[in-house]
Amino acid sequence: MRTTILAASVALALSYSHPVLAANDLSSLKEQLDQLKLNYEQRIQALESRLKVAENNATHAKTKVKQIEETVKKSSAPQTALKTQNSFNPAISLILDGRYASFSHKPGEYELPGFALGGESGLGEEGISLGHTEIVASANIDDKFYGQATIALHDHEGSTDIELEEAFIQTLGLGNGVTVKAGRFLSAMGYLNEQHEHAWDFADAPLIYRGLFGSQLLDDGLQINYIAPTDTFLQLGAEAFKGSSFPAGGESGNVGAWTAFANIGGDIGIEHSWLLGLNHWQANDIDGRTSGGHQHEGEEEVETPSFTGKSKINSLDFVYKWAPNGNPSQQNFKFQFEYFDRREEGVITMLNSDPLEATSYDGHQNGWYAQAVHQFKPQWRVGLRYDQLDSSNSGADADILEEAGLDNEGHTPKRYSAMVEWLPSEFSRIRLQFNRDQSYDNTDNQLFLQYTYSLGSHGSHQY
Amino acid sequence: MLNKYVKRNIILLISLLFLSNPLYAGLQVFACEPEWASLANELGGEHLDIYTATTNQQDPHHIQARPSLVAKARRAELLVCTGAELEVGWLPLLLRKSGNPNIQAGQAGYFIATDYVSLLDQPIVLDRSLGDIHAAGNPHVHLDPVRLQQIANKLSHTLTKLDPANSSDYEKKLELFTQHWQNMILQWTERTQSLKGKPIVVYHKNWTYLQHWLGLNQVAVLEPKPGIPPTSSHLSSLILGLEKSPAQVIVYANYQDNKAANWLSKKTGIPTLELAFSPAKDETLTHWFDRLLNQLLKLQE
Repeated sequence: MRTTILAASVALALSYSHPVLAANDLSSLKEQLDQLKLNYEQRIQALESRLKVAENNATHAKTKVKQIEETVKKSSAPQTALKTQNSFNPAISLILDGRYASFSHKPGEYELPGFALGGESGLGEEGISLGHTEIVASANIDDKFYGQATIALHDHEGSTDIELEEAFIQTLGLGNGVTVKAGRFLSAMGYLNEQHEHAWDFADAPLIYRGLFGSQLLDDGLQINYIAPTDTFLQLGAEAFKGSSFPAGGESGNVGAWTAFANIGGDIGIEHSWLLGLNHWQANDIDGRTSGGHQHEGEEEVETPSFTGKSKINSLDFVYKWAPNGNPSQQNFKFQFEYFDRREEGVITMLNSDPLEATSYDGHQNGWYAQAVHQFKPQWRVGLRYDQLDSSNSGADADILEEAGLDNEGHTPKRYSAMVEWLPSEFSRIRLQFNRDQSYDNTDNQLFLQYTYSLGSHGSHQY
Repeated sequence: MLNKYVKRNIILLISLLFLSNPLYAGLQVFACEPEWASLANELGGEHLDIYTATTNQQDPHHIQARPSLVAKARRAELLVCTGAELEVGWLPLLLRKSGNPNIQAGQAGYFIATDYVSLLDQPIVLDRSLGDIHAAGNPHVHLDPVRLQQIANKLSHTLTKLDPANSSDYEKKLELFTQHWQNMILQWTERTQSLKGKPIVVYHKNWTYLQHWLGLNQVAVLEPKPGIPPTSSHLSSLILGLEKSPAQVIVYANYQDNKAANWLSKKTGIPTLELAFSPAKDETLTHWFDRLLNQLLKLQE
């Protein structure tokens, strides 16, 4: 319709612009005009069809957008949560650990000259045995608190002991980088100490941990820790403990032991990260801390050394990690170093001795270990560790100190360890470890074949 | 003496750290993966200070709660993560250590992308003998642009909630993003028609949403079970099936080891293709999707 009007007006306009024309010119002009008209009609037709295509495309696009919007809506459909009574149960995980151990000397003969051994400081059983079987339950209690309990079961002289390793609550986002923890927990003193045994890179504790803490430092108390609002990680904290168990002791009715710690760490590029820590532990009123006894042949009663006095430990730890592109799942490397220094002042009494033997005691023990672990393939890790201890203890009666195991007998305890691990998945690990242990005079070659499995909820791992 | 020395040094250190700390003006965003950093940047732009916890070369399943991440989480006002147990090995620990109330679960600053979309691959049986499966479903939703749009809507809403002063700007940015994104989806859909039904082999089942969107047909997985590295026996067993019905390509993410893919490629003649699982640093989502699709389309030529 529009086209004809357009063409007509074009023709009209053309005819009016040439009012005077000869007759023979008129026919040729008409011819030209007809051609022009045809030309225009064709062009307009083409335009029309293009418009139609464009319109079609637009509606097509609109329906497509609608389709997408519909899929968006569909894909955002709320998920149906499982509504069962169990859904609020705490996350539960179970750690199964077992080992075969072979020693060239009887584990009962083990000693660490210069150190009074307490807690779980022995070598463990020879042959096939179960390690710690741990049950960990944890959950957010409400919007303000998190709680966790760790129960460990282990065999001790033919019976199964149940040990409450951890039972603590912790604030969740208290604000300003402050976190408060209360209950029984692994102290933040030292790098390895906060990690559960099953997360360690070797089957046994470093010698210095064995010498100072038995195995690990855990106690009942309160921890406050603060993270500074800085780009570099900076953490400051303190703990107040009951202090009634090794390496403290006695019932003070108050704070029996306390710690203070500072950690600083960060990344260097994307492949390297590090953590440096300084720690202090102190117990001022240790009253009757007993340690491993010393049985004389023919005597029925075991004379047990008991310490009363004060004790201080300072320590430094450093951890460095590397992973290509910062992607540890394929390959990674970890170096770890810790140094501890303990000073004690007080009295050593040999319990059950007749007449009662006692001596003043001025103790100084220190030690360090360094270890490196390389995961060279996703499922394989190898590691090396070296331990060394030193002590210089003095007292009024050197004989009593010797009896208490506090004379280092001129020996420097050392240990070389190597291990290889196979990790079929992130929940299982099989480890073969060899130690050349020179804790005391007799060099002991130790071999461990250990499995560690974690069942249940997927735990998070400490740095 | 020593204590005094240590104390003095610590105080000095702290003051130094504070000094070296620049002033932050924008909303502090902690993005677990690069895709959320890119999306947040589209939706918040100059109003946000975004920190990305991982790069696209890192496997988001296996990140360690490094001290630097704790320090960043401590200051964050908004946390944007995938969820569905992808970060289960490190995020809960970061949150607990951060002492930061803004980003704890349930708070406005705790944004978990998978909470807002439906998930594929929801397992019927939860048993670890089936591998490291995610109970909630496949978490890698960022590979579906349609789901991304839905997440963008929610994320923009969260930004408005946390920073109401700039709400009109966030609205505008969302509108712009939506327009652009819908347009891109149309273009991508048209361009990738030829990929429909094409058989592919993947390393890990982390491409599910892309496959679903493009209509690709996954015929084999290099990992015998999710999270278990490829074994030679499993790879050998794949050869026979692939000989009968060959696939077009073996796809693996840039953070995955290429050995298994290369080995299978050699045996079967199927080409391998390394795809960036997430946008690179400062890369936009559009650019990254374009890159992925171009790489896939190139194989057809």
